[in-house]
Amino acid sequence: MLITCPYCGPRDVIEFTYQGDGNRERPQPASQDLDAWNAYVYDRLNPAGDHNEIWQHSGGCRAHLRVVRNTLTHDISSVAFARGDHKAAARHKAEGKS
Amino acid sequence: MVERQSPIELAPLEPELRIGSHGDFEHGIDVILSETRPGSILQLAAWPGQEKKLISGIRTVTGLALPDGAGAGSTDGVRSVFGFAPGKFTVVDEAEGLASAFANVVTPDIGTVTDLSHGRTAIRIAGPKAEWVLAKLFAIDFALPAFPVGAGRSTMHHDVFAQIQRTGADQFDVYVFRSFARSFWKALCHASEEVGYEVQ
Repeated sequence: MLITCPYCGPRDVIEFTYQGDGNRERPQPASQDLDAWNAYVYDRLNPAGDHNEIWQHSGGCRAHLRVVRNTLTHDISSVAFARGDHKAAARHKAEGKS
Repeated sequence: MVERQSPIELAPLEPELRIGSHGDFEHGIDVILSETRPGSILQLAAWPGQEKKLISGIRTVTGLALPDGAGAGSTDGVRSVFGFAPGKFTVVDEAEGLASAFANVVTPDIGTVTDLSHGRTAIRIAGPKAEWVLAKLFAIDFALPAFPVGAGRSTMHHDVFAQIQRTGADQFDVYVFRSFARSFWKALCHASEEVGYEVQ
């Protein structure tokens, strides 16, 4: 499985670390809403198809990435920086022009 | 800084760094391996939105202009710079004291300067089979169009993080953790045996 890092380009999955489900939303740290914390910790969509995930390119540029992976086929349909302010530096943009 | 000071303070590669020709050198030496021992190895990081100021600061101090694009870099043979992550750059100088030269240029509102001179070992592989040998160790594209001269790449070998800069058409500088350098050096020597290598 290859993941195309927006900075480094296509790399083997061995360079990446799975950082969890990208759909869940962490409650505010001071929140005492136990249902919200329970949902954050335990509730998962577990879809048979496209799934939003967070990956880190730990064996490369170390950026955290938002990845959409198909759980049936392992097709990666989209990869973006989890923090969206480095899009201008993406290699594919630069290479696409040349 | 990274020179040997006394017989007790060996360079990290010293027990394994055997000067001379090795492997299948009778049919020609196709790669030359060496430890470049730069005086300064720095990591510069810009806060989000401050990247352009950091890049212009690098030009001010080193005289090297960073081309656009991820992983882009340049070298003049004495100083080298390349991007290894979004907003982060490795800057190398043969001379010591580069960190203090940056201290007044990269101010705390632009980003950070981290001196890794003692934390990394720089290994150079040069020769017509350099791409071939490195391709056995790292799962990245070493072909010249995909990896132009001056550019840098962050990757790993057996979970050991490595930064690679192409400093010539047939030459690469590999920066590895100092504590893993001897192990990586041995792996590099084994990978070079079939093509014949010389250690300088």
